Amino acid sequence: MSIKVLYFASLKDQVGRAGDELVVPAPLSVLELWQQANPDLPVPNALLAAINMNYASLDSLVSDGDEVAFFPPVTGG
Amino acid sequence: MTVKLSDAVFDPWQEIADHQQAAGIAGKYGATAVFVGTMRDFNQGDSVCGMYLEHYPGMTERQLQQIVEQAASQWQMLDTLLVHRVGQVEPNDTLVLVAVWSEHRGDAFDASRFIMENLKSRAPFWKRETLANGKQRWVETNSSGYKRQS
Repeated sequence: MSIKVLYFASLKDQVGRAGDELVVPAPLSVLELWQQANPDLPVPNALLAAINMNYASLDSLVSDGDEVAFFPPVTGG
Repeated sequence: MTVKLSDAVFDPWQEIADHQQAAGIAGKYGATAVFVGTMRDFNQGDSVCGMYLEHYPGMTERQLQQIVEQAASQWQMLDTLLVHRVGQVEPNDTLVLVAVWSEHRGDAFDASRFIMENLKSRAPFWKRETLANGKQRWVETNSSGYKRQS
């Protein structure tokens, strides 16, 4: 399945890119997606994720065509 | 109900006046609660001379909309205006404006507080500060909202 991955803020700096276009086997969780996309990086503390612009837990399963975003705790306002 | 992002400086008081005039609620509201968040020139003991507000286009607007809708389901609100800056900002710039109009003060106070606290914890914005010494750093977490007792 094809997954679009986005990174924001300090995570974008850490991984060194704004996103990935990945082809991955199903089933796959959000956490496993991070690990496949970044095999040399540990899972960040307080990692947040969204699937198709809705918050998702790290054990949520991704589906073909999903947009999955990874980001640190939010600091707006 | 209006939710918008602004990539330019805005005057919160003008936004409120314009919105209130266009809302067509004259005579209906008895309470207006307003929160304005402004960029300081210091943070965590350091002088800060600028800041970049990153967001997630699409998700940020959706989250803000959901937060305001949740507030509307809990309190009697006649109208709401929420404006948040994005992009490069400077000290003394307005970062966020929340205004709630309602018949009675309790709804306006409570709903505006709910919207701000949920925006702080859920809306995907991230701050990267530029310090007076030229260094840049990401703000890692939001504060509790209260000045620490020394």
